[in-house]
Amino acid sequence: MADTSHLELREQFSTPEQQRESAISGMWIFIVTELMLFGGLFVAFTVYRLRYPAAFTRGSSEMEYWMGALNTGILISSSLTMSLAEYFVAQNKSMRGAILLLVTILLGAAFLGIKFTEYYLHFHDHKMPAFGFEETGPFAPQVQLFFVFYYVMTGLHSLHLLIGIGLVFFMFVPTALRSLNAEYHTPLDNTSLYWHFIDVIWVFLFAIFYIPGAHIR
Amino acid sequence: MATHMLPETAARNYLNEEDGIFSWLLTTDHKRIALLYTFSITLLFFLGGAFAVLMRLNLLSPHGAIVGLETYNKLFTMHGVIMVWFFLIPSIPNTIGNFVLPMAVGAKDLAFPKLNLLSWYLFMLGAFVAIYSIFRGGVDTGWTFYTPLSTTYAMGYVVSAAMGVFISGFSSILTGLNFMVTIHRMRAPGMTWFRMPIFCWSMYATSVIFVLATPILAITLILICIERVFRVGVFDPALGGDPLLFQHMFWFYSHPAVYIMVLPAMAVVSEIIPTFSRKPIFGYKAVAFSSLGIAFLGFLVWGHHMFVAGISVYSALAFSFLSYAVAVPSAIKVFNWTATMYHGSVSLETPMLYAIGFIGLFTIGGMTGLMLAALGIDVHVTDTYFVVAHFHYIMVGGAVMGFLGGIHFWWPKISGKMYPEFLAKLSALIIFFGFNLTFFPQFILGYMGMNRRYGSYAPEFQNLNVLSTAGASILGVGYILPLCYLIWSWKYGPVAPPNPWRATGLEWKTNSPPPKHNFDETPLVTWKAYEFEAQKEELNLG
Repeated sequence: MADTSHLELREQFSTPEQQRESAISGMWIFIVTELMLFGGLFVAFTVYRLRYPAAFTRGSSEMEYWMGALNTGILISSSLTMSLAEYFVAQNKSMRGAILLLVTILLGAAFLGIKFTEYYLHFHDHKMPAFGFEETGPFAPQVQLFFVFYYVMTGLHSLHLLIGIGLVFFMFVPTALRSLNAEYHTPLDNTSLYWHFIDVIWVFLFAIFYIPGAHIR
Repeated sequence: MATHMLPETAARNYLNEEDGIFSWLLTTDHKRIALLYTFSITLLFFLGGAFAVLMRLNLLSPHGAIVGLETYNKLFTMHGVIMVWFFLIPSIPNTIGNFVLPMAVGAKDLAFPKLNLLSWYLFMLGAFVAIYSIFRGGVDTGWTFYTPLSTTYAMGYVVSAAMGVFISGFSSILTGLNFMVTIHRMRAPGMTWFRMPIFCWSMYATSVIFVLATPILAITLILICIERVFRVGVFDPALGGDPLLFQHMFWFYSHPAVYIMVLPAMAVVSEIIPTFSRKPIFGYKAVAFSSLGIAFLGFLVWGHHMFVAGISVYSALAFSFLSYAVAVPSAIKVFNWTATMYHGSVSLETPMLYAIGFIGLFTIGGMTGLMLAALGIDVHVTDTYFVVAHFHYIMVGGAVMGFLGGIHFWWPKISGKMYPEFLAKLSALIIFFGFNLTFFPQFILGYMGMNRRYGSYAPEFQNLNVLSTAGASILGVGYILPLCYLIWSWKYGPVAPPNPWRATGLEWKTNSPPPKHNFDETPLVTWKAYEFEAQKEELNLG
């Protein structure tokens, strides 16, 4: 039998539906604030890119774009495994769900591994602002500006992904124990929403950082 | 009609339900969290006020009466940082809003009580981090943290002040999120959107701004800290950055933040005016939608802070036009409040005095705002005391008057005791008089050309400055009086009935103070807001 202990209605709500709807709309609103957080950075980046197109293309040409492409594939796959996990849990097939959540965690970890390898390579090439950054071209400060935004935005994204991995892990345990099941799976749905949001952000990060200079390499 | 409840003084309520310090520090009851917030922001208000007192004293003499120029810079910076982010932004939403909103929609609590408690802890952490910078020597950038001053040239602890504001921003976001979900999902049976008191509409509009604008400030402050700590270019022109971009991002938050301060005051006034006029609010839907209109237009006017900063003439024209447009929903509110009072049976209890004061001062603040929205006048008075006077009429004359009005209005509900009416009326009048004496001369000073943020000034401005400082000391007395008699009445005041003002909101249909889950049984709403006539018999019993 399914463990129904999580079905307990918290004291402020009158029905389980109300509790579920509140949780889901809370997550949507939270995602909107996250969108504004990243949105500010996207706007600032766009302003500078329009002002210094050559410097930003130059910066972008330093990217390990095949690593970025691989990471994009990894994150999109993780969205698939996340959705499938959600689907199977809703079908009461919790074991399959749990395995897929584990795969999601591993894909997320693989992304971070590749991302930090990239950071290391950039550091080695003296492309990390404030840590021995070297650039001799005609628009050295603007290229550095590109890299500042690169580290801030992908760093913020990696932080979110790290939190996402933690959340998925917190979903993995109760899913494996079947306390998340067809009757009650609101936290898993919310985690899934958050995970997809992080993926979508990455798709745009890939587009603005890796593609502009990809033709130069 | 809802069940009528007799006053039961010995009943269990949210104050005596549990005892001990941890029952407060770990509470998830929205009413107790509201009191935690009230306690914290009151302390912070008097801290911010202390800085203001020192500034006003210093300005008694043209060369600075007590402190040097550098200290003066730190004084106005810390006054601004504390008053804006640690008093005005959380003032009404987190105290009165937290206390009243769940009851006003007929809910047992907010949708996420634990997040609500977390928001208070984040707020306190942010406050401590910001105050830490004072003890380490203060910050002298002005509350606006303009670059490259803040990132390159300023001395002092910019990073810790900015991080304090950053952390407290999360408390704003959580509060906004909580309020929005509560209004969407937690309304009592029968409480449709158009039966909600205007209070809820204004709080909703405020929450939208919390959720949409605060993240932009958060990321801007992070960028400042990165630039300052790692010495890499983000906004620094020497490193390819653009300081104007900082101003755009800062004001994209900070202009809507003004509406975070004044919309909740409008929420309070919209409850007080019908109650003390014994009439439904005039043009309910117009007032409700004008709140959302202010929130929406508020996002489109940030450029009016930058008219002389070097933005293009065309964008200045657009921002000027849009700034005029905000006056429309604001004026709708003012006209509808006065129309509510018209032919009403008005009684002048303390909350009503504050509400009427609010209308007058907000109108002056708003009209001078229109003058500032005009490009020509703005160039003349930019960075003068005219601007200082204008936004103090909105923030102090508007937001603080609303806050005090609301505290008095809901005090019987919060404490279960009545405050001393005569003293309260007296201090309302002292505040009104002191406020105008403090800030009206500043309009004249600014128009004559006295710069803001200078610790010294030309000798011909001295008379008006002395007048302003005299007003500030009267204002100070006006603020200390309520602190004293409210604390006194908490213990010794006469016991309050459930509905001392014969108001119609759901929060008045439960005991004073309310029980832990607000209502003994979930209310069923069958009436519109402010239906005094239909509830006549019931109200007269209260």
